[in-house]
Amino acid sequence: MNALSWGAVEPQLPILLVVIPLLGALLTTFLRNSFMAWLVATVVAFTLPFISIHLLVSVLETGQPIVYKIGNWEAPFGIVYRVDQLSGYVLSVIAIIGAVIMPFARRSVAAEIEERARSWYYTMYLLCLAGLLGIVITGDAFNAFVFLEISSLATYVLIALGKNRRALLAAYQYLIMGTIGATLYVIGVGLLYVVTGTLNFDDLASRLSAAIIDPGQRNAVVTALGFIVVGLSLKLALFPMHMWLPNAYAYAPSFATAFLAGTATKAAIYLLVRVVFSVFGVGMTLENLPIGEVVIVLSIAAMFLASISAVFETNAKRMLAYSSVAQIGYITLGIAIANQAGMTGSLAHIANHAIMKTALFLALGAVFYRVGSVLYSDISGIGRKMPLTMAAFAVAGLGLMGTPGTAGFISKWYLAVAAIDDGMYSVVFLIVASSLISVVYIGRITEVVWFREPSKAAAKAKEAPLSMLIPLWLLVGATIYLGFDTRATVGTASEAAKMLLEGVQ
Amino acid sequence: MELLKTFAAHYNYFITIFLMISGLFIVIARGNLIKKLVGLSLFQTSVYLLYLTPAKILGGTAPIYEEGYKLYSNPLPHVLMLTAIVVGVATLSLGLALVVRIKEAYGTVEEDEIFAKDPEAE
Amino acid sequence: MRLDLILRVGAKLVLPFILLFALYVQFHGDYGPGGGFQAGVISAGMVILYAIIFGVHAAKRIAPPIMVEMMVPLGVAIFTGTGVASLLMGNNFLDYTGFAHDYLHAHEWGILIVEIGVLVTVCGTMVAMFYAFVQRGRS
Repeated sequence: MNALSWGAVEPQLPILLVVIPLLGALLTTFLRNSFMAWLVATVVAFTLPFISIHLLVSVLETGQPIVYKIGNWEAPFGIVYRVDQLSGYVLSVIAIIGAVIMPFARRSVAAEIEERARSWYYTMYLLCLAGLLGIVITGDAFNAFVFLEISSLATYVLIALGKNRRALLAAYQYLIMGTIGATLYVIGVGLLYVVTGTLNFDDLASRLSAAIIDPGQRNAVVTALGFIVVGLSLKLALFPMHMWLPNAYAYAPSFATAFLAGTATKAAIYLLVRVVFSVFGVGMTLENLPIGEVVIVLSIAAMFLASISAVFETNAKRMLAYSSVAQIGYITLGIAIANQAGMTGSLAHIANHAIMKTALFLALGAVFYRVGSVLYSDISGIGRKMPLTMAAFAVAGLGLMGTPGTAGFISKWYLAVAAIDDGMYSVVFLIVASSLISVVYIGRITEVVWFREPSKAAAKAKEAPLSMLIPLWLLVGATIYLGFDTRATVGTASEAAKMLLEGVQ
Repeated sequence: MELLKTFAAHYNYFITIFLMISGLFIVIARGNLIKKLVGLSLFQTSVYLLYLTPAKILGGTAPIYEEGYKLYSNPLPHVLMLTAIVVGVATLSLGLALVVRIKEAYGTVEEDEIFAKDPEAE
Repeated sequence: MRLDLILRVGAKLVLPFILLFALYVQFHGDYGPGGGFQAGVISAGMVILYAIIFGVHAAKRIAPPIMVEMMVPLGVAIFTGTGVASLLMGNNFLDYTGFAHDYLHAHEWGILIVEIGVLVTVCGTMVAMFYAFVQRGRS
């Protein structure tokens, strides 16, 4: 019974990544005390990055994926968890964001959630975290659906508990759209199962290449691809299927917004990349459906139209939510270009955007904590009262624009290189042009918070508490650090891109 | 005649498609929040049929080992759909709970009336 | 209230058999169709039928809301507990091999425990949902 020695624990790490938050969620329901629940959630959230980074590092060292058999059932028959360069990377991003925001959570949640719902709120947070990590780590198509729904159901609750009654409507709309998206995904998986008789991603990949040749099965496979891509596009809020996102982010409690903006759409993007690249293979996808072209057009539309919506927005959280739609456009753009630089840029932007957007929403969360509103009219001049918070906001905003010296520049640079590599010079121009729009909307809010006379509500505000400033500045520090030392993001992303694109050449 | 034969042989799939489309139509076309959830449920239900149709072997029994039975239905899709049913129930009840809260907050469950009361919520 | 005598007596006769049938479905799940999920729904159906006929307050005496709410995480805890127990025995998550000396027996035990967890959670969830919707706007 030396089950607790490192040698015995190490092979179990993949399952622990999902089981620990699940156990934490159980513990919070039994404790029913908001402080204890927060403590449990924090301890749990801080163990996960260590596990995921350890997994990622060992995958990068050996170059071999780590496969974990649940119940010790062999691969195509049982469910396996599989960590490779891509999933290890996305797992680390989600786990780190999930941990860093925890110190922020206590005061923010205490201010925005009523007492009797508070411990449940942490339960939902941990379930959501378990679901998101589960989506990324599982090697089984149907298991991914189950985790998708676990995280989504928890997300709907996280959003619905916002103070404004519009949070209820936002959660309802998200529930409808999210369920349609997940159901479309599961229809696609069902068609694949009928054709191949398997649900394991690796097994599906090897059987699909045979099935696609058979003209009788080809239609089913192509239909499945269509269903899965549309379903997951709904989940990841690809333009024009993003209608649920602005309200959901705007009216959710600050803590939930910061967490979801950094992680939820990223897990859906991961699943899309996994299915399109690892299961179908780029060649098969692009030969049968013009998904690449369609996604490029939609991504560019997102970059422009969502950015323009952000410019005219007067609610700071909604503005950032529209900006999220635009930034998702950048990520899907690189994925759709599907060359080495494009994939690297997109995957790097998953981390960079998660860090920057979480920082921005944390700053707004701190403002909301002090002012009680994020409308431009209420937060004008807040920069003078909360200089540290708004300075962090400004730096993260610079990152979002893609200013050189910040993380945002690195990913946009790779995207531009990818477009040049593929000879799409107009796309390079569009990337730069859309970044200029983000200068406008970040510039507008900067003008509001720094250069206007403090509003009545803002005049009474004081600097955010330290527990909010520390996670905020950690993320802002990361934004700048990752603008110079890109080994962690670009280095890992290019390894993952290499693995994904192996089949193409 | 040939067309009719294909139809008869695959009638399950036509029912699936009919349920799927009508569910989706209700979600999009109806303004009543509860009716929308009914449509959503119908949409999810069609998936159960999609999975179970190929899994059921005519004349096959439940896949439990017993003397004298050789032909079994495929258990895996049944298990998957059990999970999907649970997910569906959870979604539906959460959706209904939200509708109850919306009714308390806005006093109505009609989408157009809600937007009339709160134009910015759209 | 007096007119529903037949309903009350009839329900009292039926209720124990519903619970018995739930337990049958639960434990016969090894040999025939059935299992924790179905059994959980049936046993929750018993509580709900009781509440419909005798009133929610009476139902809350036999199944207090706090107990019902605790049943939800408790069942999940039983399920996860089997997984963690198998981890502590040095096997993979949900690998029941360590639960008994014989491989088949161990798996039978493992699934039995997991199914009990499912029963508890499903029953708790169904009744909790029923209470939540019934109470709304009345209490």
